[in-house]
Amino acid sequence: MNKILVSGKVEGIVLKSNDPINFLGTVDKKTGIISDKKHPLFEKAIKDTILVFPSGVGSSVGAYTIYSIKSNNVAPLAMICKKADLTVATGCALANIPLITISDEEFLSIKNGIKISLDTDSATLSVHQ
Amino acid sequence: MELTREEESALKGEQGETMQMAYRILVATGEATDAEKLIPIEWAHLSGVNYNTIGDAGEELLSTVSKDARVTVKTTLNPMGFDIDNVSNYKLDENFISKQLSIKNSYETMGVIPSFSCIPYEIFDIPKNGTQVAFAESNAAIHANSYDNLKTNKESAFSALASAIVGKSPYSSLRKEDTPNITIRMKVKNPNELTYGMLGFYAGKLGDTSVNISGLDEMDQRQSKAMCGGMGTSGTCAKFIFGDGDSDTEKIDFDEKEMQNVHDELNTAEKGDLITLGSPQLGLDEISDLTAKLKGRSFQKRCMVFLPRTVKEQAQKIGYITELERAGCEILADCCTCLTPLISKDDVDAVTTNSIKGAFYLKNSNGVDVNLKSLTQIVEDETR
Repeated sequence: MNKILVSGKVEGIVLKSNDPINFLGTVDKKTGIISDKKHPLFEKAIKDTILVFPSGVGSSVGAYTIYSIKSNNVAPLAMICKKADLTVATGCALANIPLITISDEEFLSIKNGIKISLDTDSATLSVHQ
Repeated sequence: MELTREEESALKGEQGETMQMAYRILVATGEATDAEKLIPIEWAHLSGVNYNTIGDAGEELLSTVSKDARVTVKTTLNPMGFDIDNVSNYKLDENFISKQLSIKNSYETMGVIPSFSCIPYEIFDIPKNGTQVAFAESNAAIHANSYDNLKTNKESAFSALASAIVGKSPYSSLRKEDTPNITIRMKVKNPNELTYGMLGFYAGKLGDTSVNISGLDEMDQRQSKAMCGGMGTSGTCAKFIFGDGDSDTEKIDFDEKEMQNVHDELNTAEKGDLITLGSPQLGLDEISDLTAKLKGRSFQKRCMVFLPRTVKEQAQKIGYITELERAGCEILADCCTCLTPLISKDDVDAVTTNSIKGAFYLKNSNGVDVNLKSLTQIVEDETR
């Protein structure tokens, strides 16, 4: 783990995207389902997952989208990125969704569908076999 | 990031939920920008005002936060969706108007100055050189860093709001001495505001947090604003440094060919159904110049002119507004071309504008085509 942007302790199933996510316009605010046909996670629900993606992109108003999905109880349990952008960082901070950044190697090693636990207090990210 | 004991206590929630939320945002921002501490700021400028962009979640959040949050430094505000004086002339539903007024009310409750302007650097006095501020509006952050000798991050809507409440911001690289690794060399001759907008747009795509720009002539306010607006639209870059930079920086030319590429990306129509002026909003100098250009002439189609309310009031006293209305301009205070709900693709196919920033959002958010022209060209082609 490189940086802890928003702390927390969670355990859940990874939903991974190798493409960045533009929260404004890509994620449905009410359902937490990816609505952009061109996105690799199209029609996937991010609710209660550990969402792993390279970084957020696009409008700073995307921070409001992250807040919306949390208010609507369809937010991920945590987010893990390679690079921290201010939109995702401040959106997660406001919504209190744990957010960390990891190295390229760690990013490669996390596979879609595996179960992982994250504990920022002890700075551990562990994979359940 | 190192926090003081008092900051730690706020982050733990010992000073209430609002302070905890604000500190959580600042800590996340600080970690994202590699800041080592928080420093005091003297002025915050907030985005996230237009209901068209922040939606129901934003409206509800601000309504909740405003119950106990108060800003602790001078705080100004971006444009909203309409001008209450003439909103009935446009097709906006009741829900939009009531939600927008709720957002306005929340900000006012928090103690924010209801300036509804994206050009705070033009309508407020600029503090002394080197003053730390927190500006979320991208063109304003770039103008503050590049022209006004102020220091700011390119804040997000939430980081600026948190800074307004706490009175502090992360001490990121942009707040220190920044050395860009890229120099853009301006090679286009006889530039107008459109050229500078495209230069800014091009530079913003290449720079990380700042870029050097060389080869610029004396620029007027319209041209500087166009360049800041263009840059804020295309990337994450938040500062121009004027000059060639060190000998080891990468040098890239902005020539006729590069300009044509930007033009082709944003100009999608031969002509517009209506004209918009102001993105960023027009200041008093630009209104004065526009009035002079329109002397004895009238627009042959609709022309929407966006400006801050304070500028409108000054322009009214001088008589400019009467003159502009005579020439067929629709005068709109408190709102802006950028992300306006007043232009719908149901009624309009294409818009003529001299704003690169306006063009980008009209195309991507409003979904209309754009015809780019300089102001001089617009007056020549569209008035009689």
